[in-house]
Amino acid sequence: MEKNEALKKFLLRLGDNALIQGHRLSEWCSRGPMLEEDIALSNLALDNIGRAQAFLDYAGHFYTNPLSADDLAFKRSERQYFNFLMAELPVGHFGFTIAKQLYISAYEELLFEALTQSTDETIAAIAHKAVKEARYHFSHAADWCVRLGLGTAESHDKLGSAMTDLWAYTQEFFEMTDGDLLLLQLGIAPDQNQIKKVWTDKVNKVFMRAGYVMPAECYQYSGSQQGIHTEYLGHLLCEMQYLQRSHPQAAW
Amino acid sequence: MDTQLDLWEVFIQGKSGGQFMHVGSVHASDKEMALKYARDLYTRRNEGSAIWVVLSTNIVASLPEDAEMFFDPANDKIYRHPTFYTMPEGALQI
Repeated sequence: MEKNEALKKFLLRLGDNALIQGHRLSEWCSRGPMLEEDIALSNLALDNIGRAQAFLDYAGHFYTNPLSADDLAFKRSERQYFNFLMAELPVGHFGFTIAKQLYISAYEELLFEALTQSTDETIAAIAHKAVKEARYHFSHAADWCVRLGLGTAESHDKLGSAMTDLWAYTQEFFEMTDGDLLLLQLGIAPDQNQIKKVWTDKVNKVFMRAGYVMPAECYQYSGSQQGIHTEYLGHLLCEMQYLQRSHPQAAW
Repeated sequence: MDTQLDLWEVFIQGKSGGQFMHVGSVHASDKEMALKYARDLYTRRNEGSAIWVVLSTNIVASLPEDAEMFFDPANDKIYRHPTFYTMPEGALQI
C-alpha cells in the first residue's frame, strides 16, 4: 500500500474518532446532570471538535483534489467513516458516557503521547496539543468512575454494567491494518500492541480504585477499519450533516 | 432531595506570582470535582495559571449588621492614607 494512502486512512480514523465522539458529547449540552457537569461535558466536546478539525484538515491534503475539514465532516456517508464503533454508540445514561470516556480517553492519552514522537511533524504537533486534552479527559472520567463505583448501590451497578457492555468494543482500538504497519515502519504511527498493554494496566487501575474487577474476555465487535458500522452512525450523520445536505454550500 | 452538592468559592491567579482573585463559585461533592469544575467554568478563556477552591462554609464572613461598627470608624481617619508625603520627583506612585 502506498504511504500517502495509508496516511490518509490513519488521519481519517483519528479525525473521525474525534468528530463522532465530540458530536456525542455535545448531545449532553443542556442535558447534563447539573450545570457544572453540563459545561464540563461541553468542554470535552469542544476539545474533540477542535482535534477533528486539525486531523481532517490534514487528511484533506492527501486527496487528489484537496478537501477541507468541513467537506470531510459533512459530505461523507457511513461507509467512508473510520471511527471506533464505541464512539458512535448513543450516549446512554451518564454512567454509560463516563465508561465510554474512560476507555477512549485512556487510549487517546497513550496514543497521542506516542504520536508526539511521530516522524510526521504535523501529526506530532497536533498530538502535542491533544495529549494535554486527553490527559484531562482521562482524569475527568477516572474521577467519576471512582465516585460512581464507590457511590450508591445503584450508581455502582449502572457504571459496572456499562463498563462490562462496552468492553466488547475495546479491542477494536488496537487493530492494525497493512497501512498501519507501513506507517509503523516509517515511524509515523505507533505500535498498537504496546499501547494495548499499557492501556489494559491503566484501565485496570481505575477498576480497582472504583471497586470493580476487569470484565472477562468476551466477543469483540469489529468492522470500523473497513467502514462497517453499527446502525447508530447513520442516524448521527443524518442529524450532523442535515444542513449541508439540504442546503449544499450553505455558509455563514 | 438537595441535588446541588456543596458550594465552593473559586479564586483564580491570572499570572504566576500575582494575587488570587475571587471569581465565583461552583457546586461539587469533593475537592477534585470542585477544582475541575472551577477549571471548566472559570478558565476556559485563558484567564488563569492557578486555581484555589475553598468550601464556602470554611469562609468566615462579616455580617451586614456589623458593617457600621466594623467600617464606619475608619471614615474620619484620613491620616491613614499616605497622602501627606511629598512625592519624590519622577515617581508615578509610592
